[in-house]
Formats: sequence, C-alpha cells, structure tokens
Amino acid sequence: MSIDISGFGTLYIILIMAVVTLVTRWGGVFVMSFVPINYRVQQFINAMSGSVLVAVLTPLAVTGDNGARVALLTTAIVMLALRKPLPAITAGILMAALFRQFHVFI
Amino acid sequence: MVLSVDASSVELNRNKIWNGFKQLLPISMFVMVFAIAFGLAAAQTGLSEASTLLMSSLVFAGAAQFAVLDLWGQHVPVVPLIVTVFAINARHLLMGATLYPWLRELPRAKRYGVMMVVSDANWAMSMQAFSNGKAGMGLLFGGGLALWSAWTLGSWLGLKFGTVIQDPVSLGLDMVMGCFLLAMMLGGQKNPRMLIIWSVAAAASLIAYTYLPENSHVVTGALAGGLLGAVWTEKKA
Repeated sequence: MSIDISGFGTLYIILIMAVVTLVTRWGGVFVMSFVPINYRVQQFINAMSGSVLVAVLTPLAVTGDNGARVALLTTAIVMLALRKPLPAITAGILMAALFRQFHVFI
Repeated sequence: MVLSVDASSVELNRNKIWNGFKQLLPISMFVMVFAIAFGLAAAQTGLSEASTLLMSSLVFAGAAQFAVLDLWGQHVPVVPLIVTVFAINARHLLMGATLYPWLRELPRAKRYGVMMVVSDANWAMSMQAFSNGKAGMGLLFGGGLALWSAWTLGSWLGLKFGTVIQDPVSLGLDMVMGCFLLAMMLGGQKNPRMLIIWSVAAAASLIAYTYLPENSHVVTGALAGGLLGAVWTEKKA
C-alpha cells in the first residue's frame, strides 16, 4: 500500500507521521501510569535514563568518522575537566570542523 | 534517586517556563542550523513550502523527518513510513517512561501537553535537573517550546535561504546533538555500578546496531541497561 503525493496525499503522509510520533511521545507515560513505581522500578528508570544516551552515542563513536570521534572525545575531556556543558559542546564541534577541514591530526 | 518528589521540582508556571526556554536557547540555535539543512533538503526533494512547515511543526522530530525524505517519491509506501518513523522515535517512549515519576505529579492534561514537545535536549536537561532534586518541569516544557520554535523557524529559513549552509557536516554541525547528549551523560551520576550498567548498554546497542533491524539499537541498549539496573539495585540508604 502506498500514498500518491498528488492532491491530499502529502497531507495524509504528514498526519501519519505526526500521529506515530505522538504515540511515541505519549506511549511511555501512558504505559507507566499502569506500573506501580516501587524501588525496583525507580532503579530501572534511573539506569535506563543514562543507558538511552549511551545507546545513542556508542554506534556514533564506533561507526562514525574520525571527525565524530575527535568531537566526542573533546567534549568528554572538557566536560570532565570544567563540568560545564556549553564549552564542552562548542569545543567538540570546533574540533570536528577543524579535523574535517584540514585532516591535520590523528 | 528518591522515591518522593518535591512539589517545587515539578512546578510549572510562566516564570519557570520562560527560564527553561532561555536555558535551551543556545542549543536551539544549533538545532536551527540543522532545521535549515532540513528545509533545504525538503525543498530539493520536492516538498512544497506549506508541507514542509506543516511537517516540521506537527512532527517535530528531525531524524525521522530526514529519513522520510529518503522514502519520498510520487508514491510513498505506508508501512515502511510508519515503521521508520516509529523506530527512529521509539526513544521517546523511554523518555516518557523515565520522566513519569515527576510527570505523574501533574494533572493529566498538563502531563500529556508537556510531552508533546519532548525531544532529546530538553529531556536530557530536565532529567539531569530532576535527578539532582532540582526543578525540571520548566526546562522540559519551556525548553521544548524553544526547540520547537527553532526547528519550525529553521525549516522555513532553509526553504528560503537554505543554500547558505551547503555542507553542515564539514562544519561539524552533525555532531551537535551527539556532543550535547554526551555532556549531559557525563554531568549525571557516575559510580562503578553505573559505569558497568553503561558498558552493558553500550555493548547491547552495538550488537543491535550490527545484527538487528535498523534503528533498534537505542531501545535495545537502553532496555539492557535499565533491566540490569532493576536486577542489580543500589543498597537503600
């Protein structure tokens, strides 16, 4: 089944995307409203919140180009040293840009 | 992490929302650059101005929107469309679940209203605030409004003046969200137990990335880390 983009087709596609995305935004909250929040569930949530970030970032670091790796490494070092996110992010992006422009190091 | 939630940390008033909006403005500027790239890509794919703006304002999910452009043609297949959008956005399910202990303090309409603008950056910032016992609801909602505005406005700018930023990757701009999320991760709780949980999450994510269907790695890694955390709980203080 496919949607022809002429006429209202594009509108239908956008509405499908919007509804599916809204289901993901609401679904987690909705399901959790049936789960009693005990200590174990708290621990699950706490461990999962960091793990989401790890799961997003790992393939990025492993399969990305060296520019991506340099960016993440720089962000990590600056963040651990200064504990301030904005300088850490800026430094990471700058390093990625420099690396990709000049391929000067590593 | 405490079981009881301090009422002030979930407070949501105009002042808190405005503060959250302002705190997410710097990262929103980066998001806007990516939205410009999206607007340009959408125009090049052949989407009309109205469709692009409607998509960005209603869907508000950058990675999924870019992926749909890849599916675009005279006929767009429905099942791949739904599967792609759902898989890329499935991390929202986890975000909603992790926010639930605080969201449940809000009346239902507000709870689901706030979730309409949840996105990576405002979720990460509010979770960090919440787990340190600080106010986070304004960051979540006000920050979400800032990101949504930047995404929508940027998409429009991209339609009009997209050629200004021809190659965002060479400027390192594809790394904005990655660096941001990494900074948030390292700003959170760090102890040997959490490092082991993170390693398991990383391994699971990588295995899923290699062997499982596309876009399943985030959910797999996050659930692996979460389940380990649930089985291997911290000693209660």
